[in-house]
Amino acid sequence: MSENQSHTVKRQRYGFPWKQVIGLFLSLALTFLALWIAIGLSLPVNATLTIIVGLAIFQAFIQLFMFMHVTEGTEPVHQLLGILFGLFVTFAVVAGTLWILAYAL
Amino acid sequence: MTDSTLSLHEKDQSKLPLEYRTEEGNLRIVGFWIFLAAELVLFGTLFGSYLVLQSHTAGGPGPHDLFEIGPVMAETIVLLVSSFTCGLSTLELRRHNKKGLIGWLIVTILLGLVFLGLEINEFYTYAVNEGAPISRSAFLSGFFVLLGTHGAHVTLGIVWIFGILLQLGKRGITAVTARKAFITGLYWHFLDVVWIFIFTAVYLTGLVM
Repeated sequence: MSENQSHTVKRQRYGFPWKQVIGLFLSLALTFLALWIAIGLSLPVNATLTIIVGLAIFQAFIQLFMFMHVTEGTEPVHQLLGILFGLFVTFAVVAGTLWILAYAL
Repeated sequence: MTDSTLSLHEKDQSKLPLEYRTEEGNLRIVGFWIFLAAELVLFGTLFGSYLVLQSHTAGGPGPHDLFEIGPVMAETIVLLVSSFTCGLSTLELRRHNKKGLIGWLIVTILLGLVFLGLEINEFYTYAVNEGAPISRSAFLSGFFVLLGTHGAHVTLGIVWIFGILLQLGKRGITAVTARKAFITGLYWHFLDVVWIFIFTAVYLTGLVM
């Protein structure tokens, strides 16, 4: 395949971008929900932290699936494995650091 | 392509979006995911050190004294919307609509610039007006390094998308420019994912604790 090979492409039409709009509204809703739980509600600190971290993880998954199309491609298992391994190392680093240095877990 | 063992059948290939249709495009996209996984680990180390150093304020201002929810929400909303417009640009790419693709990418980098302006203003407020520069305490070192690394990524993203815009303007949507535009999109969404965790682990946590 030469780098700059040109393909003649036809314009295609699809409907309203529901996936993107739903992704945006869910992201905004989760952001404000997290803000309200942190500022508006006075739950115990640990409960608040658990809930807002859970909401952040949920929101990250929305980005991954609605915007980043992580399951696309000819063999998506390669990128999924890469990302899962990255997540595992990240989790080990953050949780391990907090556990050892801050006794926070 | 036909001599490659990795290539797909002609029929299957034509169903795929343009950026996946060449073996090279495919491999580069997978490679970029591996890069993002490594970036994830980089930010993980910065989050780990920030969270440990968060309480080490050396008698200086702490998270509660500094953070104001208004500007932080503004940054968050601008970045979330930019991620959405970037998603729309990928959609227009799939429709092979060059004008739409370029238009949404321009909106995305404009929102990125607004985000950067807000963040620079926030840093300036802390470092100059509040007497809380990077050297003040371990907490502030961790804060500025984590947020600064993210901000530097956003700056790079803006320059990168601008470069892709020039290529799209010149060459139109080809298998190569489609792959490049798709990959910058992945990068931009990834920066939004990192920001979600900064919003939660830095700002909200700082206000709660």
